[in-house]
Amino acid sequence: MTAKKINITLNGYNLKIDPGTTILDAAKMNNINIPTLCYHKDLCVAGNCRVCVVEVAGQKRLSAACATPVEEGMEILTNSLKVRNSRKHIIELLLAEHNADCTKCYRNGNCELQELASEYKIMTQEFIELVPYKTYTIDMYSPSIIKDDSKCIRCQRCVRTCAELQGVNALTVSHKGDKMKITTFLEKPMNSVVCTNCGQCVNHCPTGALVEKNYIEEVWEAIANPDKHVVVQTAPAVRVGLGEELGFEPGSRTTGKMVAALKRLGFDSVLDTDFTADLTIVEEGTELLTRLKKALVDKDESVKLPMATSCSPGWIKFIEHMYPEYLGNLSTCKSPQQMFGALVKTYYAKARNLEPDKIVSVSIMPCTAKKFEASRPEMLDSGYRDVDYVLTTRELAIMIKQAGLNFMALEDAKFDRLMGESTGAGVIFGATGGVMEAALRTAYEIVTGRDVPFKNLEITPVRGMEGVRETSIKIENPKPEWAFLDGVELKCAVAHGLVNAKKVMDAIQSGQSDFHFVEIMACPGGCLGGGGQPIPTNPEIRQKRAQAIYAEDAAMPIRKSHENPEVQKLYRDFLKEPLGELSHRLLHTKYTRRERF
Amino acid sequence: MSPIQSLIKDLADQYGRKRESLLPILQGVVEQEKYLSEYSMVEIAREIDIPAAEVYGTATFYSFLEVKKMGRFIIRVCKTITCSMKGKSQVLFAIQDMLKIKIGETTADGRFSLLETNCLGLCHKAPAMLINNEVYTDLTPEKIREIISDYMTK
Amino acid sequence: MATTYQLKRADFVFKNENDWEQVLSSIIRRSPQELINELISSELKGRGGAGFPTGLKWKITSELKADKKYVICNADEGEPGTFKDREILQRVPYKVLTAMAACGYVIGSNEGYIYLRGEYKFLEPELLKVIDEFEYFCKEINLDFKVKIFMGSGAYICGEETALFESMEGKRGEPRNKPPYPSTFGYMGKPTVINNVETLAHAFTIFKYGAKKFYDLGVQYSRGTKLFSVSGDTPKPGIYELELGMSLQDFVYEFGDGDTKAVQVGGASGFLVPRKKFADTAIGYQGKLTGISLPTGGSMMLFNSSRSMFNVLDNYLEFFREESCGQCTPCRVGCQQLLIGIKAVKRGERPATYLDKLLRLTETMQYTAKCGLGQSVANSFSSIVENFREEMIY
Repeated sequence: MTAKKINITLNGYNLKIDPGTTILDAAKMNNINIPTLCYHKDLCVAGNCRVCVVEVAGQKRLSAACATPVEEGMEILTNSLKVRNSRKHIIELLLAEHNADCTKCYRNGNCELQELASEYKIMTQEFIELVPYKTYTIDMYSPSIIKDDSKCIRCQRCVRTCAELQGVNALTVSHKGDKMKITTFLEKPMNSVVCTNCGQCVNHCPTGALVEKNYIEEVWEAIANPDKHVVVQTAPAVRVGLGEELGFEPGSRTTGKMVAALKRLGFDSVLDTDFTADLTIVEEGTELLTRLKKALVDKDESVKLPMATSCSPGWIKFIEHMYPEYLGNLSTCKSPQQMFGALVKTYYAKARNLEPDKIVSVSIMPCTAKKFEASRPEMLDSGYRDVDYVLTTRELAIMIKQAGLNFMALEDAKFDRLMGESTGAGVIFGATGGVMEAALRTAYEIVTGRDVPFKNLEITPVRGMEGVRETSIKIENPKPEWAFLDGVELKCAVAHGLVNAKKVMDAIQSGQSDFHFVEIMACPGGCLGGGGQPIPTNPEIRQKRAQAIYAEDAAMPIRKSHENPEVQKLYRDFLKEPLGELSHRLLHTKYTRRERF
Repeated sequence: MSPIQSLIKDLADQYGRKRESLLPILQGVVEQEKYLSEYSMVEIAREIDIPAAEVYGTATFYSFLEVKKMGRFIIRVCKTITCSMKGKSQVLFAIQDMLKIKIGETTADGRFSLLETNCLGLCHKAPAMLINNEVYTDLTPEKIREIISDYMTK
Repeated sequence: MATTYQLKRADFVFKNENDWEQVLSSIIRRSPQELINELISSELKGRGGAGFPTGLKWKITSELKADKKYVICNADEGEPGTFKDREILQRVPYKVLTAMAACGYVIGSNEGYIYLRGEYKFLEPELLKVIDEFEYFCKEINLDFKVKIFMGSGAYICGEETALFESMEGKRGEPRNKPPYPSTFGYMGKPTVINNVETLAHAFTIFKYGAKKFYDLGVQYSRGTKLFSVSGDTPKPGIYELELGMSLQDFVYEFGDGDTKAVQVGGASGFLVPRKKFADTAIGYQGKLTGISLPTGGSMMLFNSSRSMFNVLDNYLEFFREESCGQCTPCRVGCQQLLIGIKAVKRGERPATYLDKLLRLTETMQYTAKCGLGQSVANSFSSIVENFREEMIY
């Protein structure tokens, strides 16, 4: 059923628009751009920056296009003199409140306020700068995020992100009037509140008020140091996002160019986190089957089900704060990044005949929480800091630009060997549902000796962007040693965005659901929508990156983690068996209870 | 259970454990404690199951919900236009002189805090002030000395 | 040219006749439609300052279907220079309660709230007693209506109706986007009638004496009487009930100290009228009574020639800088700019022409602020700077 269309005129042109459409969307559909700042597709409408004001005939006051639905007969002007003058004033006001030291800003060149100022050609600062009148806090305590209040324009996008997308509510608005600001509980530093370091606030901030803590210079220094062997690993989602920072359209697959660029930057070895993603599947899949056996055959009451994935460090910190009584449900597997780190300074060092303390282990991640994860006190299982520096996709793009590389023209290169080989199952880790899909591909085959019963191994029920997705797979005719699973419906749930994680956890807590296995990713869309990914990220862009990830999978010659020859070699030469003693020491970890309030 | 915890529990029993209950609960704690400590904000958050940051963000919006330690008697002198015109400054001087504290401070004995506030709605009897919930109007330095002396013995 | 309107005193609001029980009983014997018509024909407009027709407000909400509706009495009287609502709630609270119950009866709501500003906490105990008595009577006449008091905690902006709802919902008192309006989407997202304390007191008068009695007072577009809170340089500060439509000249003649230089009409968010415009200014909602007509929540602050208009403006702007909710750019940053701007001009750090830049800014604030209060905070600035420019500079 479609409701009757509404007649409006937009800048003099007659249009028919669906009722309920906002002026902003109506204009966009008709190729008219109205500037916005507090508006973001991922978030509820706030209508507080007032940059999007437009004139409606017959009204003295201007209307916020983002918050005003069209009405029958509305005559809208998006570019009248009154509109332009008002917008210009508002931009000037924001600039007066903002520490507009653009050349020294991390977001210089990708700042929505700067763009607007440029568009409206604000050439002078006539209003009095407010920054010198106030004291501002720059919070640098977090290993992941820097919060600089002097650059905040109070659009509250971060607060809405933290509440609506993530259900974390580490950030809040406090005080009122001129003292109104974005802060945390009692204005504590970000590292001592419930912040999960997911970086979604960073990704949604229009200015440089929230940025990742960058380690670019440290990595350049390591590369320049002849005594150091610098190893880099790249997470699955980086390859489908990086291009956006370097001239490609969203959804471009730039794996080969990324590898080529990393080699040119001077890394001694360019390896792939996808390799340890495959390893994770073997370990985690075995762990799941072991738990199922203990629960179903041994009737061991202490076994915790459902088992939850543990590769998303934002999710880990979230559950540590919010549901600490469920830490036993987390897989004990480290994330692929940390497995990689632990192996680089042991297995890789030995194989390459390197002193572990000469190795600098760098990872490129779509994520800011990975910076925190690498700094966790328990992540020293190799005897050294397992991962020395974590860079986001954005930081890598900066390095590529600094190195003067013409990224678009680079010839594709391949990952180096020994921990550079991966499968299609590894790469889909970058999308929500990917870990689940990869795990099912392997677990189903271990148990039955057959492929999962889906065409082209594509387990479509766990794909997509629905916040929570549930599915079950019936196990039939298992191998004799898995006979106890015959006829068992393996119940699975996938959630992305912590607000959806909350839904799943609440369902588990209330006993409403009896899942065996849940995959949870802190960020919307999974890692491809991570806090360290290119800005902007929005629903359409996430969709395109997801398509790229699945295309990457489909193009891989090997699609199942346990078939990764390098993983097989790793077990042969080093680890011996999944969940073996060495695995436990290097690849598994424990969790910490944290305060919820 | 600490006294504050049981106070918060009682308030929550009375007003409910929903978001709409937040203001009355905050007010109830401030009525007794004069301010919201970190501990009480965390306990309120726990009791009605909302994020602590939200408790803080909401409390700081309201001028009467202090998050800094306050004295037993909070003096709020109106600083808006009519009171300013009618001698608010002299009133303030008189108070500062007696209590030896400046605006925003609390006496060493923890008895008095001195604050300025916006319009109290007593403009026809300016200058005016509140001490906790009590109203004092048509103030003069002499009157202040009487009132404060009175409180000093309370 | 200026027509002379004599000040016409009236005595309805505070007249204590102790007959609210009869009035309420007779109200619920009439049909809701009848009551709405009564209100509409009285042409009563909101006495909080915005002046929306009260009958229409009730009508819109009465026509909506919802599982829950609310009646809210806005007693968050925070506008500098206004203190009438406090007096009403102290002296004739049952009139307000009766009108709330009438509204509940008309729109189909059994739940009323009085949002009482934190500064008036001292009114609460007495008010609770009256409510008890009132609810007891409602039960007696089989009228299902309960009233609760919701205390504010010191935030001027909560007087804005949608900010008030947010506050009642346990949140920061930040105004919402409009539409939707309270009549359809108010407290807890339900259809809500929100009326100022004084509006409800007048509704009582209208239901008791009939619309005509009220309509016959005042002038066209501005019917009935209004309570004025008189303060500042006047020998007789206090609350006075006067017919609408009076000229400011007559008002000053009655209340001035013989040396009145200017009157601030409508509180800090209202307009300052200089002596030379007294005769041409009438107090009412709209229409060409005389030169200018000014709507008002009833605050009248008089200033004599000893007062510096710079200091007055400085005080207002300081107020708004602190009391703006802070969410929208024009109000949050605008107020700060106006305040430091006039100081900069006064100190000679900016040229006098900077005042013109700020005047243009006040237009933008008016056009673009998110809520009614944000749109009007700059009124005092523009009217003071335009009329007393030299005092801003020298």
